[in-house]
Amino acid sequence: MGHKMIKKLIKAAAILMLLAGPQGGMAQDRPVLEIDVGGPVIDPIPVAVPRFIAENGGADRLAIDIAAVVMADLVSTGLLREIPGSAHISGTSNFNAAPQFADWRVVNAQALVTGAVSTSSDGRLVVKFRLFDVFAQQTIGDGVQYTGSAEGWRRMAHKVADTIYSRITGETGYFDSRIVFISETGPKNNRLKRLAMMDYDGANLRYLTDDSAIVLAPRFSPNTRDVIYTSYASGLPQVYLMNLETGRQSPLIDDALNMATAPRFSPDGTKVVLSIIEGTNTDIYLIDLNTRSRTRLTTNGGIDTTPSFSPDGTQIVFSSDRAGRPQLYIMPATGGDPVRISNGNGSYNTPVWSPRGDMIAFTKIKSGRFHIGVMRVDGTRENLLTASFIDEAPTWSPNGRVLMFFRETAGANGAPQIYSVDLTGRNLRRIDTPGFASDPNWSGVLR
Amino acid sequence: MTFIKAGLVAVSLLSLAACENGGIFGGGSGGGTGAGGSGQTPGAIEESSLEYFATQIGDRVLFAVNEATLSDSSKAILDGQVAWLNQYPARAITVEGHADEQGTREYNLALSARRAAAVQNYMVSQGLLSSRISVIPYGKERPLEICSTEVCWSKNRRAVTVVAGGLGSV
Repeated sequence: MGHKMIKKLIKAAAILMLLAGPQGGMAQDRPVLEIDVGGPVIDPIPVAVPRFIAENGGADRLAIDIAAVVMADLVSTGLLREIPGSAHISGTSNFNAAPQFADWRVVNAQALVTGAVSTSSDGRLVVKFRLFDVFAQQTIGDGVQYTGSAEGWRRMAHKVADTIYSRITGETGYFDSRIVFISETGPKNNRLKRLAMMDYDGANLRYLTDDSAIVLAPRFSPNTRDVIYTSYASGLPQVYLMNLETGRQSPLIDDALNMATAPRFSPDGTKVVLSIIEGTNTDIYLIDLNTRSRTRLTTNGGIDTTPSFSPDGTQIVFSSDRAGRPQLYIMPATGGDPVRISNGNGSYNTPVWSPRGDMIAFTKIKSGRFHIGVMRVDGTRENLLTASFIDEAPTWSPNGRVLMFFRETAGANGAPQIYSVDLTGRNLRRIDTPGFASDPNWSGVLR
Repeated sequence: MTFIKAGLVAVSLLSLAACENGGIFGGGSGGGTGAGGSGQTPGAIEESSLEYFATQIGDRVLFAVNEATLSDSSKAILDGQVAWLNQYPARAITVEGHADEQGTREYNLALSARRAAAVQNYMVSQGLLSSRISVIPYGKERPLEICSTEVCWSKNRRAVTVVAGGLGSV
């Protein structure tokens, strides 16, 4: 029975990953995943995360807060649901004692997370946790301990949740990550925009620019130390590079008349691919970050824009209206003949290569509706995940399981908010931001 | 009595100017225009003024969905702009390209550049020095009208010619 429950738990999670292809390598300490292709809609696994034990007086608050962040992370996946504290029969008072499995079984918790938190006077924080399969009455993996500074407690909570997620699903986690985006205020005909950054769950929001110039489409460098984006600071749309530690920003291309948009880093972080506007034409260029030399990758008279590298750095997907409405094309990262991959009705825009390498996410516009969709790299198996007045600009979670994008409502009071959705189209959620928000870009897992 | 009448006319002129300017970025007259400030009398707008350019010649041309082609009526407006600019050779212009909200931000930015460049190219073909023309593409960042129907979208798909310089610099 117990073993079967774990399997069921894992299988449920696996069904949500069908589109995601082969597994990334982690989580060796669990049974082999069974992928059920014909699987029905998932019943989330009930999980209990009782208040973490505070091992000293100063840790009381953090013990509560960390458990809450862990639970919020797990529930946000749609794969798990919370057994609320009010339903718990027993708590945990001793981290090293075995849980009262019978009490957890009665409240129908299938997974149980216990934890302990201690702080020291020099601001150090230690977080320990264990994950249990309640029906099997055994731990899933070993207990883990994280040490860090107390002010980084949210990141430690996200790391705990990442490990739990990884053990349950076999996927790498994505909670310890950040979003860079455009924060927006003001009426539709005088919108003010600022570059902003936040944790993946909306916490720790920080503004990176003021609202004096239009800013667009920021993207993290692969090591999350820099952000590249389009700004009208000079009056023209130009691409800027910002170092997140120093806050220093500088134009990427040293040419006052240059107009450039849609920048994105290469996977090794040494190059930037972007669009340069010249007259009626927009073409894709590669900029070497060391030499700042420029290589032209497309020469077509159409609008070639929103390039995105494959994770191995060998190819680039982009959108082009060379055949009429915008469609998706793939070309070698050194330039060369592009191959069209999108073939449906409507237009295809803002392609983004998945971190796993096997899928492309995009914005599709058809019959006046916007969709976030995914397709295989060869253009097959197109799947539209969302539909609304405007759904635009998908970005992948670090593990390729979830997409964020922005949704803008129609009309005079229309405004954008950031949403996330699973690769399956399930689990649509709005990310909580103080104002309007758009153009999200998801970092890799932080180091 | 005459004084009161003049005051009323000035008020109605001001409100007219406010209407035509619409949104903050829709004026297209580069700032400093408006009948109130210059103390002009109605019906006799100074031909050299930015107001004349905006209201009598027309400071903008409109485009079909996803298109950057200039219609014959658009070309007629641009011909008028070129003629005016030939008369006032000290004036330089910025052509601001715009798109409606039915497209992604980055595509529409390039589309609006294509529209502005189409205006620029036409003016150059009509003899205007390209050095007098600069271009800024705004994509869908600066809508003039804010409803989400074709009534507004048709006005947002525009290229606006903004004449540089204050009123005294002719």
